[in-house]
Amino acid sequence: MSMFRRRNGRVVAVFSPDEVRVLRKVAGEVVGLLTDGFERDDPVVDRLFPDTYPDDPASSAELRRYTESDLKTAKIDQAGAVLAALPADADDTGAEVRLDGEAAEAWLRAINDARLAMGVRLQVRADTDLGAELAAAERDDPSSSRLFQLSVYAYLGYLQESLLGALLD
Amino acid sequence: MAAPQVAPVETPDTVEMPGDERLWVTIVWDDPVNLMTYVTWVFQKLFGYSQAKAEELMLDVHNKGRAVVSSGARERMELDASRLHAYGLWATVDRA
Repeated sequence: MSMFRRRNGRVVAVFSPDEVRVLRKVAGEVVGLLTDGFERDDPVVDRLFPDTYPDDPASSAELRRYTESDLKTAKIDQAGAVLAALPADADDTGAEVRLDGEAAEAWLRAINDARLAMGVRLQVRADTDLGAELAAAERDDPSSSRLFQLSVYAYLGYLQESLLGALLD
Repeated sequence: MAAPQVAPVETPDTVEMPGDERLWVTIVWDDPVNLMTYVTWVFQKLFGYSQAKAEELMLDVHNKGRAVVSSGARERMELDASRLHAYGLWATVDRA
């Protein structure tokens, strides 16, 4: 797995072709969720755009009329920053990614959005033991989609921590 | 019609606050996905809090389930909540 490191005022990571494919896939899925696939009653949308007034649906809806469009655009842009930094046709050599401060922060937010979306789908809870979930999924069916999704979720957490560490270094 | 002239009325002791100044708070709630280091960084980034203050708030969110991260006029709190949503934090606005 790749790590971000600080170099000459930028954060840099070298990704394998598999990592490039996975990152492009999750960023693309976030964009899809925010565009054609946008459904207000999707629990993922609910998590990414929470009610500002949980006990007052009318005020929440009123505020949303003014804020949701900008928020949606910001989230599409930050996922776009991930896609823009990665080659669409990852060859055998993978890709080196160099991010300035602004791009690194966009990546942090985008990775977080992807993790939130996957966390809802995977039903991650406060007491979820990711290692145990991965072991159980592997035991049940090593070719399952759940095992793949859990692995990607764990990878994104690792990557986000690494990016934040490099940014603050 | 003008009211008949009477003795000057006493000025009331209490004065209405203009608008909703300082009556509202932004609350961040615990969630199982956001990384503790990330939440601390967001508090520093958005509110200019020191590392110590940001960590204290993050630990309040983590241990108590929620923390008030800013207070002020309602419109300001709505803006704060929206900025927190852009960073993926679960934020709401309530009366103080």
